[in-house]
Amino acid sequence: MTDLQPRSASPAAASRAVVEAAGVTKIFGSGDAAVAALETIDLSIREGEFVSLIGPSGCGKSTLLRLIGDLTAPSAGDVRVNGKPARQARLDRDYGMVFQAPVLMDWRSVARNIELPLEIMGFSREERTRRSAELLRLVELEGFEARHPWQLSGGMQQRVAIARALAFDPKLLLMDEPFGALDEMTRERMNLELMKIWGRTGTTIVFVTHSIPEAVFLSTRVAVMSARPGRITKIVDVDLAQPRTVDTREDRRYFELVTEVRETLRRHEPQGAIEEVEADRIRAEGLG
Amino acid sequence: MTAGAGRFGEWLPSAAVFVLVIGAWEGLSRLLNVQSFLLPRPTLIAGQLIELWPTTLARGIAFTASEAIGGLLAGLVTGTLAGLATARWQTARETLLPVGIAASTVPIIAFAPITINWFGPESALPRVIIVAAMVFFPVMVNTIRGLTQVDPAALELMASYAASETATLRKVRIPNALPYWFTALRIATTLSVIGAVVGEFFGGPLYSLGIYITNQTSISDYPKAWAAIVLACALGIAFYVLAVAAERLVLPWNAARETVR
Repeated sequence: MTDLQPRSASPAAASRAVVEAAGVTKIFGSGDAAVAALETIDLSIREGEFVSLIGPSGCGKSTLLRLIGDLTAPSAGDVRVNGKPARQARLDRDYGMVFQAPVLMDWRSVARNIELPLEIMGFSREERTRRSAELLRLVELEGFEARHPWQLSGGMQQRVAIARALAFDPKLLLMDEPFGALDEMTRERMNLELMKIWGRTGTTIVFVTHSIPEAVFLSTRVAVMSARPGRITKIVDVDLAQPRTVDTREDRRYFELVTEVRETLRRHEPQGAIEEVEADRIRAEGLG
Repeated sequence: MTAGAGRFGEWLPSAAVFVLVIGAWEGLSRLLNVQSFLLPRPTLIAGQLIELWPTTLARGIAFTASEAIGGLLAGLVTGTLAGLATARWQTARETLLPVGIAASTVPIIAFAPITINWFGPESALPRVIIVAAMVFFPVMVNTIRGLTQVDPAALELMASYAASETATLRKVRIPNALPYWFTALRIATTLSVIGAVVGEFFGGPLYSLGIYITNQTSISDYPKAWAAIVLACALGIAFYVLAVAAERLVLPWNAARETVR
């Protein structure tokens, strides 16, 4: 089993757990077609942390995020958010979610997209307007409130999605490859902006990515996962100085950590590849 | 470029084609000396239109239009409600959709003599029912499609807000369905005029467009029949243009988005 507590004496170690997953297993399908997307995952995320989930496709990193958000239910094990069952936390609106696609409503202006959760949660009109203005400032989109989503670039659309997720001030932000569809330049700029937002709001963030540099740059801890079945193979503590800036990417320690994550991923790759070849052979010979 | 200039440029080619076709029709009819009982010249039809408008055609188009509008409204309301119910409740989907599909295969016009038998030819009700039945299905199907073909991520987003079914319906499903619904409205407007006129072929007041067309053709007064046909066409086009205008009014973002993409 992996050591899940932060090894360094970070201030986060003293604060309470926001996410606790214990023995979480997720199986898709049943019988012979059953696929274990996740197997006995244990993970604890403390308040104010920024934890990235990284791994090859099919390692269940998005599934794990969706389990935390109660958008899917575990086959076994227990997920708790803010000390409550994940379902209760969702009903209490404890987290904001950002998907890979911005998922903005074309019929709503930028400001009204940000206000969508506030409308559903019954905030007053004045409060909605005040908050959307404040969030537009936070994501640096002042002056765009009356635009419609299709009039914005991909990066701007994703900033609107982040503002919307933060609109109701959730203590937890779940992000599922939010910058995966953006070009490298935009992604790096968005990473810097996300760091600024995280620094100002202090929100706990769980972040799914398949980019190693992105995971290292953003996170306080990186959970490295392997596929078939999905497991957390190692948790890498990122002891880079805060706040992270453009200079962080020039830091020697940054490169060491990138290498460490990459090698952890690679160590678990051949085994997976062999398993896959083996599975193909069995299928080909009609033994499966 | 201003929006006005863009719209004018958009309409210009089709207007040119229209004028060309009418011109060719007129010119060729004169050149080849086509008999008016085969195909009357546009100027002849226009003359009949002006002459007959005060005595018969104005009353006829008003009656036929009222049937079409009545049936259109009834079909829109029932089709939309059926679509909402079908999209909202699984049981409704299982029971109503097969009925709707079965109903759509019935040649509705074949029921015209029967509805006339129920209410009498002078009543507008037989055509209202025919038109409503014709309009119902495309409206229901498009409403269901718009309400159910929603980005799954948008539904997950609503789930993450612990939004109620009603909130999801109001904030996501209905706005998503509106463009589909307006597409159905466009189809329905043209169907409504066809349904009303063809429904009248089986019986109706003497001045109604359908009866007028059948009567004039039976006494071989084709220019008069053509005048009524042109009027029925104009009615259909007017309805369609109104539907498009309503769509632009209600969904300005949709028209704007289409010009961007």
